[in-house]
Amino acid sequence: MAGPVDRDRAALNRRPSWLEPALAAAPAIGLALFYMWPLGTLLARVVQPGSVSEALGSAGLGGVLWFTLWQALASTALTMVVGFAPAYLLARFRFRGRGALLAIVTVPFMLPTVVVGAAFLALLPSGWHGTALAVIVAHVFFNVAVVVRLVGAMWAVLPTDLTAAARTLGASPGQLLRFVVLPLLRPALWAAATVVFLFTFTSFGAAKLLGGSANPTLEVEIARRATQLGDVDGAAVLSLLQLLILGVVVWWSSRWQRRASLQFGSGAAARVARARHERRFVAIAGVSTALLMSVPLVVLISRSFRLGGRWSANAWRTLGSSEVRPGVSLGIDPLASITLSLKYAVVAAVVSVTIGACAALAIAAARRHGALLDVGMMLPLGTSAVTIGLGMLITFDTAPFDWRSSWWLIPLGHALVATPFVVRALLPLLRSIPADQRAAAATLGASPLRAWLAVDVRHILRPLAASAGLAAAISLGEFGATTFLTRAGSETMPIAISRLLGRAGEIPRAQGFALATILLVTTACIIGIASTAAQSTGGARARRE
Amino acid sequence: MLAANEITVTFGDRTVLDHVSLEVARGEVVALLGPSGSGKSTLLRVIAGLLVADSGTVSLDGRDITEWPSHRRNVGMVFQDEQLFPHLTVAQNIAFGLRMHGVDRAATSARVQELMHLAGLESLTNHDVTKLSGGEAKRVALVRSLAPRPAVLLLDEPLTGLDRELHDRLAIELAALLRATGTTALLVTHDVDEATSIADRIERL
Repeated sequence: MAGPVDRDRAALNRRPSWLEPALAAAPAIGLALFYMWPLGTLLARVVQPGSVSEALGSAGLGGVLWFTLWQALASTALTMVVGFAPAYLLARFRFRGRGALLAIVTVPFMLPTVVVGAAFLALLPSGWHGTALAVIVAHVFFNVAVVVRLVGAMWAVLPTDLTAAARTLGASPGQLLRFVVLPLLRPALWAAATVVFLFTFTSFGAAKLLGGSANPTLEVEIARRATQLGDVDGAAVLSLLQLLILGVVVWWSSRWQRRASLQFGSGAAARVARARHERRFVAIAGVSTALLMSVPLVVLISRSFRLGGRWSANAWRTLGSSEVRPGVSLGIDPLASITLSLKYAVVAAVVSVTIGACAALAIAAARRHGALLDVGMMLPLGTSAVTIGLGMLITFDTAPFDWRSSWWLIPLGHALVATPFVVRALLPLLRSIPADQRAAAATLGASPLRAWLAVDVRHILRPLAASAGLAAAISLGEFGATTFLTRAGSETMPIAISRLLGRAGEIPRAQGFALATILLVTTACIIGIASTAAQSTGGARARRE
Repeated sequence: MLAANEITVTFGDRTVLDHVSLEVARGEVVALLGPSGSGKSTLLRVIAGLLVADSGTVSLDGRDITEWPSHRRNVGMVFQDEQLFPHLTVAQNIAFGLRMHGVDRAATSARVQELMHLAGLESLTNHDVTKLSGGEAKRVALVRSLAPRPAVLLLDEPLTGLDRELHDRLAIELAALLRATGTTALLVTHDVDEATSIADRIERL
């Protein structure tokens, strides 16, 4: 590797100076127009005299805050406990069906929150609906993947001989866990707990379906105030209050993590269980994890075929007609919601991949100013979808920016939510390109621009396809922002599912489960294809290196 | 005192140990010599209870310990790459085994002091183990495993990865330390000189 490149010495092969601004323009304008401006409008609403004290003094807010906090803490604690054994299992052991189990554990995390909510409505007895317990159980199901991924990644690199050393020094299994494994995993445990807390604190889709109006989280309350009570100022105050709380949690947790980070060199390879108690653990933990993670989804699918205590495909057959009985209309067209969602997903994927690729290329190319754009592009990730939707709702409602009636505002909101993921997927790839690849192209006669196209742009073409899949999946399941931007008569799948499940009567409910099944299968397929594409490119890279 | 009888270990269709037997008498230091890949380390792991053999038994002081978990065997082990606990200081690493055995604070502290003195580590008490030099880390690993007074100490190539001069000096120190503490030990190495300078008896695998 060469040392730091002296700017003047590299000047001969510099790319044209217009390239970076040209790449950065679209992401920067998009960010300013559809993120900064709405957030600014939201802020302006809050600084109006009286609005803060009125919103904070309103009845029930204390209860909402308290519920949001304790359900998030309880969900986090329970997720850590439930995720611990699968994390150990998947990090340390090789066994038949390991890949399938990893997929079963990971997929729920990628599923639309509405699908998870629907699955637990289908699974839990009706007495549980609207209870805190229902919300917590769904949150655990949803977030186990976070623990398995983050804690598992650290566990996989803990040297096995380190635990062997503790055992030869007389540590019993309990002592080993308490004095060696837990202290060493602490950074990963903290990271996972923080992520799960942030997700469950800002939970919207699942919380809305399962907690209902009896147990609203802060997000659900924001949506209720804005869309049902017309109290936009109050909703704006709560959004910013939430943003503030999240900021404090992230800051506090990153301080803790920095203090506790340890580095390990090489990892220990996962191995086949040899001892009898290990084989028993693999079997029990594997089977129970698989059941835990698949039963809710299986029940969801089967409930779409149940009507009046008997098996029936009626809900599926009537999915096309909005009439339940002759003359009685639902006002929701499930089939139309599918085509609409797919259309939005395509638009959102195209927009977020275009913007995301431009942003990633600009950030990677501009070494110094890139950091600013990098942070800017990540901001929507730290903002809840409900906040984004609310901001857009109150910003784009006056001429000449009265875009709320334009169909493209919803897919644009989806793209805003999805773009950070595209940037995060592409940047590490771009940064891993050895500079000598461009040098090689240059010595073969490529101009700087040509070399950049042939090396950098070429490098991200296939990952771009995978990111498009991810963006489409995010768009298909997006519920928070859409709730604010949706209009009657043009519902997306998640909105239609939530409406159907909110109705009384068996048929709309079964139809809701059927539509959730369609969304589940579509999302799972897209994720499957996208992750296969991502893996095959990863494999190709590994072979080349 | 320590006896491994007819140990066989296979990984898939590869036989690493084929009916291997070995005995070590009380107070004896035995070197197990063999080329890399001959299963020396595997045999140590079977004796320590870290690896389940396909067949064969391990006995200690006449008792069959084949089915005992590692932490009940009172068999200590020094690993090739030390395996010091990165979240603990030097003194806490050495005290670890005593803590696991429920030794009280005063006795632990006295024992740690004694061992650190014996190994010339007094100045490193509160040091971060990730910042030790190669020789210091080896010494800490050695006295850590000696602290709970194991019935047998297993040493898995404890001196590899050091430069020649330090290696020779530590070999002498190690031999002296094992004699001074009266430790029964089984040393695995591929270095004949190392084996002859440390061990009373040499076995080949």
